[in-house]
Amino acid sequence: MSHFFLRALDRQASLAILALLVLAAVVPALNLLTPPGSALHLSTFTVSLFGKYLTYALLAVALNLVWGYCGILSLGHGAFFALGGYAMGMYLMRQIGSRGVYGNPLLPDFMVFLNWKTLPWFWHGFDHFWFAAIMVLLVPGLLAFVFGWFAFRSRVTGVYLSIITQALTYALLLSFFRNDMGFGGNNGLTDFKDILGFDIQSDATRSVLFAASAVALALGVLVTSAIIRSKYGKILIAVRDAESRTRFLGYRPERVKLFAFVVSACMAGVAGALYVPQVGIINPGEFAPANSIEIVIWTAVGGRATLIGPIVGALLVNAGKSFFTGWLPELWLFVLGGLFVAVTLFLPRGIIGTLAHGWSGLRQRRASSSAETGTDAEPRLPPDMPAGSKYEPAAAE
Amino acid sequence: MTPITRIVLLLGLVLVLGGRLFSPAQAATDLAPLVAALGQGGYDQTEQAVNAITATGDSRAAPVIQALGDGDLYARKSDKSVVIARRKGSDLALTDPITGADLGTAKSSELEKVRVNNKLRRVVRSAIGTLTLMSPDRNTRLSAANAVFQARDADALEILDTAIAKETDAQVRDAMENARAAAILNSQHPEAEKIEAVQRIAALGNDDALKVLNAVQSSAQGDLRTAAAKAIAGIQRDLAFWNAGQNVLYGLSLGSVLLLAAIGLAITFGVMGVINMAHGEMVMLGAYTTYVVQEAIRTSAPGLFDYSLAIALPLAFIVAGAIGLVIERTIIRWLYGRPLETLLATWGLSLILQQAVRSIFGPNNRQVGAPAWMSGAFDVDHLTITYSRLWILVFALAVFVLLNVLLRATSFGLQMRAVTQNRRMAASMGIRTPWVDAFTFALGSGVAGIAGVALSQIDNVSPNLGQSYIIDSFMVVVFGGVGNLWGTLVGALSLGVLNKFLEPYAGAVLAKILVLVLIILFIQKRPRGLFALKGRAVEQ
Repeated sequence: MSHFFLRALDRQASLAILALLVLAAVVPALNLLTPPGSALHLSTFTVSLFGKYLTYALLAVALNLVWGYCGILSLGHGAFFALGGYAMGMYLMRQIGSRGVYGNPLLPDFMVFLNWKTLPWFWHGFDHFWFAAIMVLLVPGLLAFVFGWFAFRSRVTGVYLSIITQALTYALLLSFFRNDMGFGGNNGLTDFKDILGFDIQSDATRSVLFAASAVALALGVLVTSAIIRSKYGKILIAVRDAESRTRFLGYRPERVKLFAFVVSACMAGVAGALYVPQVGIINPGEFAPANSIEIVIWTAVGGRATLIGPIVGALLVNAGKSFFTGWLPELWLFVLGGLFVAVTLFLPRGIIGTLAHGWSGLRQRRASSSAETGTDAEPRLPPDMPAGSKYEPAAAE
Repeated sequence: MTPITRIVLLLGLVLVLGGRLFSPAQAATDLAPLVAALGQGGYDQTEQAVNAITATGDSRAAPVIQALGDGDLYARKSDKSVVIARRKGSDLALTDPITGADLGTAKSSELEKVRVNNKLRRVVRSAIGTLTLMSPDRNTRLSAANAVFQARDADALEILDTAIAKETDAQVRDAMENARAAAILNSQHPEAEKIEAVQRIAALGNDDALKVLNAVQSSAQGDLRTAAAKAIAGIQRDLAFWNAGQNVLYGLSLGSVLLLAAIGLAITFGVMGVINMAHGEMVMLGAYTTYVVQEAIRTSAPGLFDYSLAIALPLAFIVAGAIGLVIERTIIRWLYGRPLETLLATWGLSLILQQAVRSIFGPNNRQVGAPAWMSGAFDVDHLTITYSRLWILVFALAVFVLLNVLLRATSFGLQMRAVTQNRRMAASMGIRTPWVDAFTFALGSGVAGIAGVALSQIDNVSPNLGQSYIIDSFMVVVFGGVGNLWGTLVGALSLGVLNKFLEPYAGAVLAKILVLVLIILFIQKRPRGLFALKGRAVEQ
């Protein structure tokens, strides 16, 4: 097992993980140890904001595992993120205890408001952190397993899969809006007080949450790297590039895909769980199909099928979003929309992918070696096909 | 009916008819002492006064009795005269109960309300029924007959008989006969007559009849009870049938909306294989075109308003089609063979189009009016059908037929199908495939635009209009099967009907969720949809 992870640490992965770990140590220190007036001080707001970006980055890394390396374009990853978030939100809700507006020691405020007398069965156990932590992984994982098992077994692929994942998150959106679902309906879960006994608003807790997000992201990179560098990862990439051929060679693509899908969903769940305490609310809006598509664009901007591309993409796009929505809110959707179009037309490899491609091309030319040394991790993009080859099997699909 | 009551009723009739001939002042003098008697106090005295007024049969007394029932009848403390008083500011505005003349205002302390209890209310109801049954106005008589039916007042039987004998309007007479049957069930008439009445009411077959029969069933014995029970079972069966009919109708209506929204997509996605996430925005553009056309008509040529939709249709087709053409030429043609990238790029386009419309027209809903021929509704037996829903159904089917003709019977359709089936062969035969692509995409977008014209009639015209249809449209196309317009038709209508049948049991939101889950499961079972393409075309 240790071998499995050690082999994952190539130069790119080690650098990324190291950078994230340094970030996890330095940012909290800059927030807590420096006086508020000093030039080095980072406000708690900034720390929380970037903590949120890191959870988005983890979500993009999760999507990259299935889309970048396995070719499954999931338009429903927001659902796994939100489910993880709800699991954490339920724990935080139970922690409020009798400090709610209605002062009910057992029932969260919204249930008292709806005149409920007893706690629904699925809310039991969420007063323990360990239980909530398991659920953060289990619920998205289980949904991904059931959904993926049906979908991959019946060979639903390509855009069909994308559309039914979108329908999945849409159905969840509608369900979570209902009050009788028992998850706070429209308003969701909010007004959290503390986590593991620490005040959720305090600077120290915020810093620790940031550090936890950075460490989780580093773990996400490690797991992705470990998977794609293992033998299983080779099959994963083979399934992406030529599914039928892989099947004829005797592998079971549906199992390969299912594993990646479930691991990815669990990662997304963790991202959601870290996201909720930092923003202080989880509501059904997180299930909106538009959110899930935005994850795709983060990954695409940074570069799919690259280790750190999704992280770069998530940070850049979200920083841009914060900037534009504060500065010229009208403009943001134009920018985001333009980004979708521009990236697919002009930058299909994404930023990191293009850089890496250019770099390796340069090195190859310098070595003037004609040997083919293409790395597995890079998606095989079709050349700019003329419209005439429209109905050929699409390599990028 | 005894001869004596007949004579009394005839006298009453003469009074009623005679009353018409007198001048209002004289009628007022006739009614005045009776009306004044209403203000004497005690419930019993009031009841006697009401009965006395009823006996005159003067339909002008009806508003007085109505006012009494509504609690608007007061006695003035100073002179004990009876007035109708309605609140006006802090005071009460007074009117003369008989002539309707304005008597100024008074403080509420100067008046004493003529009080009513439940027994008196019943008397009042039947009195109004009786008085209005003789009204010269057809609609008043009709609603009076219905009121008696509701009240099931046995005392009204005599006046009903008179009214029926005099009635010339078949529909009103029918309503009166029904009222009479209901009243008989509440009277001391022989059982045979009652059973006959039960059968008459059973023939009505609506909820009101059910109410009457249920009352009979719970109070009666023997044959009458059995007859009532049988009639109830029959009505419930009928109602269930009509209910199902209603669901089918609403389902078809929803299905036609889905069909309109999805049929353009069936061309771009189904025939060309292009995932157009901006499809909903084409629908939205069509709806906004309608809005702009109507605004222009309002300001410059209000007389043309009824033709606004007819003018908007070609314009919406051109606007959405032209934008579709531009999108295909600038973006989509670079992405053929990369469906997932197409999906992302068109999603980005949808964001841009939404924001553009929001910047130009503002984020709020825009008001799109309905021309006269699209408003209103009509009844078919127990079903109510609104014209707008009916026209949309007709319109959706017309669009479907036209598109099928276009695909099957024109040279453009032939080229389109040729390119779909074998692109290289089609190109070798001299078909300019890039242009076929471009115009097919423009056609799909244009059809979405005209769908927007229709949907502007039943939905809010806002920048988010398209968003609400895009997932449903994809569901319809995927469910119906790609590459087949018939699949889209069957898919849309069956999803609509399924949705409406689930709604009564599960509620609107849960029904939608259930339908989504069912489609997801269905796609697992038949990944290529209801009407799957067979043969070589499958492995694309």
